[in-house]
Amino acid sequence: MLAQRLSLGLVTLFVISLIIFLGVSLLPGDAAQAMLGQSATPETVAALRLQMGLDQPGYLRYFSWLGGILQGDFGISISNQRQIGELLGGRFANTLFLAVMAAIISVPIALTLGILAALYRNSVYDRLVNVITLSSISTPEFFVAYILILVFAVNLGWFPSLANVSPDTPFFARIYACILPATTLTLVVVAHMMRMTRAAIISLLASPYIEMAALKGIPKWQIIVRHALPNAWAPIINVIVINLAYLIVGVVIVEVVFVYPGLGQLLVDSVQRRDLPVVQACSLIFAATYVLLNLIADILSILTNPRLLHPK
Amino acid sequence: MSTVDKKPLLEMRGLRIEGFSDEKWHQIVKDVDITLYRGEVLGLIGESGAGKSTIGIAAMGYAKPGCRINGGSIMFDGLDLVKASEEEKRKLRGSRIAYVAQSAAASFNPAHKLIDQFAETVIEHKVGTKEEAYADAKELYAKIRMPNPNQIGFRYPHQVSGGQLQRAMTAMALSCRPDLLIFDEPTTALDVTTQIEVLVTMRDIVEQYNCAAIYITHDLAVVAQMADKIKVLRYGETVEDADTRTMLSSPTQEYTKSLWAVRSFKKQEVAPPPEDVPLIKVENVTAAYGTMTVLYDIDFEIHRGHTVAVVGESGSGKSTAARVITGLLPPKQGDVYYDGVKYPRDYRKRNKEQLRQAQMIYQMADTAVNPRQKIRDIVGRPLTFYLGLQGAEKEQRLHELMDMIEMDPNVFLDRLPGELSGGQKQRICIARALAANPTFIICDEVTSALDQLVAEGILKLLDRLQQELNLAYMFITHDLATVSAIADEVIVMLKGRIVEQGPKDDIFSPPHHEYTDLLLSSVPEMDPDWMDNVLAERKTKEGVEAAGN
Repeated sequence: MLAQRLSLGLVTLFVISLIIFLGVSLLPGDAAQAMLGQSATPETVAALRLQMGLDQPGYLRYFSWLGGILQGDFGISISNQRQIGELLGGRFANTLFLAVMAAIISVPIALTLGILAALYRNSVYDRLVNVITLSSISTPEFFVAYILILVFAVNLGWFPSLANVSPDTPFFARIYACILPATTLTLVVVAHMMRMTRAAIISLLASPYIEMAALKGIPKWQIIVRHALPNAWAPIINVIVINLAYLIVGVVIVEVVFVYPGLGQLLVDSVQRRDLPVVQACSLIFAATYVLLNLIADILSILTNPRLLHPK
Repeated sequence: MSTVDKKPLLEMRGLRIEGFSDEKWHQIVKDVDITLYRGEVLGLIGESGAGKSTIGIAAMGYAKPGCRINGGSIMFDGLDLVKASEEEKRKLRGSRIAYVAQSAAASFNPAHKLIDQFAETVIEHKVGTKEEAYADAKELYAKIRMPNPNQIGFRYPHQVSGGQLQRAMTAMALSCRPDLLIFDEPTTALDVTTQIEVLVTMRDIVEQYNCAAIYITHDLAVVAQMADKIKVLRYGETVEDADTRTMLSSPTQEYTKSLWAVRSFKKQEVAPPPEDVPLIKVENVTAAYGTMTVLYDIDFEIHRGHTVAVVGESGSGKSTAARVITGLLPPKQGDVYYDGVKYPRDYRKRNKEQLRQAQMIYQMADTAVNPRQKIRDIVGRPLTFYLGLQGAEKEQRLHELMDMIEMDPNVFLDRLPGELSGGQKQRICIARALAANPTFIICDEVTSALDQLVAEGILKLLDRLQQELNLAYMFITHDLATVSAIADEVIVMLKGRIVEQGPKDDIFSPPHHEYTDLLLSSVPEMDPDWMDNVLAERKTKEGVEAAGN
């Protein structure tokens, strides 16, 4: 079963690479023209096209691009002539750092709030948590980010408003710099995970084994944690993973607001500069992240299902 | 039993419980009194909706979500459970009053091992440590004759059989040595041969640990074996109270008498099958799910106007045989002949006319009809699909079909399934099968989800339709009472093989095949001494066989 999922993931990636390549090729204009600017003579543009291999048919360019990636060579950036692999490496590490930090804050909070909301369902607490988390998810990210900057950076002066880290920033300084962006991301993703935790647990509360636990005299919170939660993992894990993927792929706006040197900002910059090889590479990395995380979700769902874990 | 100078363990007075549905509260239990002493077993019987389960768990001070106790008192050993706090009640549950649920498969948590679910109660109520609980569990598993008592607890619920699970649940209920046990239809989901073992276990436990018990069931023969006294309930009210023997021999209320008289229906004799071509002929069929073979070389015939009952335990291949005939499961070997013509093995390769001939009626009428479709659409679909009827012609046929199943077309055609009772839904399923003008109908446990009085009505209806339309039935069931009521021929199946087949009278009268004998002798009878007699008989037989060896 695992091998099947894995090969399915690879096929998905292949299809995505095709779509990315085709999509980018369909964009109007061409890279050589963009690089040389309006004043270039047709001769120099033609020469550059030849040099970049743009005169070759599409499928050949696709395969040489794909072949390069399989060997770890993402090509060369048009705008600054650097190896894209190098360019991405540091940026991707930064994005991951921010995502992991936001996940470490948001996942436990979401699970705890969700479990408590299920335990005290329909109480004042339950409604309060729902209202607060729903308000935070309904507010645009950039707005949340600017409010946080206004309160905590400008008025109180507790945290920096820019998260401009460099490769030699020490670990704790890095964490300190990332607190506001991580908080913004947390506010955005908690509601979804918390509500799924609550719903997944509550949907099980009508099961006969939950009633049985109550009739065995098990306290309420233990019924939730020990009897409902282990059977609710599969939907919860899936939602957590979708949000983790969002933390990596969807951080563009937050990175731009906080001027954080992550992959999202690189993507935005490259689109502006028509640096298509970098756009392609970024898109492919984002796609791979999604595929990989969903694969992990599938595996974890299997690992938490006693029927699949302990066959007859 | 002397109960004169003892205080009752459980005393309910004027218990009232109401349930919330359709935006208002309805009284579902009305002024019920129960007095129960140590060592006594009270049988609560009644049809579904009589409130027996609700009363049973009210003895633990518990009301299901959407229900509440709104009057009366429940005194358990000096504590009024109606007035007690949640925490006081929680401490009693599992430790002094324990519950054995109807479906052990659904009531064990799939995520934990059996023995951990056993130990959980012990640890929670501070009766002992985890190690002590483990040791006690193994001892109890051995006492109730579970196979591998030292290892079986370390399995997950889906890894053991239904009968073993039900026994493990009885053991779990005993983990804190409670004073009162509530058995809520604990054997309804089991095969007869397993049921008798579980019943024996439960009765021994009650005797051995001197507990009191409430035994809830709709099966009168079972309650006759288990209970010292019986309370008959209907619409949440007490109909009659008496000790078991009096209740069985001389019931005073009409309703009780009608319950007792249920099994009187017998279809009239039909002529033995003529020597002509059978309507359905199953020849040398072997079938498998994936690599697991479930049917081995099956042969049987079904004739026009005849009913063939297929009996056997769950997993014996009864329903698989039906799936092979309908083409849902193409067999690996062998073929199905209809009126002498070989049918394609796969239903996708059969033409509409071939599909029309054989129709099915399922056990759960609830799930077999689309809850969002009106009766008109449910029954009307096959009329259009198979026969191409439209407009006035279709409407007329719909009315005829509703008349056949004795339901008023003007009242019911525009209703949704949710507005009908269980028995009415099953009638709709019958009408849907009839709409195709079939010659052969497979009835898969069609009465086992119904109360006995309602089931009897369905059997009578099927019998009348058979006579009028000369239908052939294949009647799949595990209930031998149903077999003796409706069958002409009987097929006994065990582990995918036919162990015996023939006319009903031959099968039901000795000499039997060994397995048929076990099956027949395991069906509870209304005699309170039945179980003791069967056990004694089996023991002597074993003794004779042992001496013979």
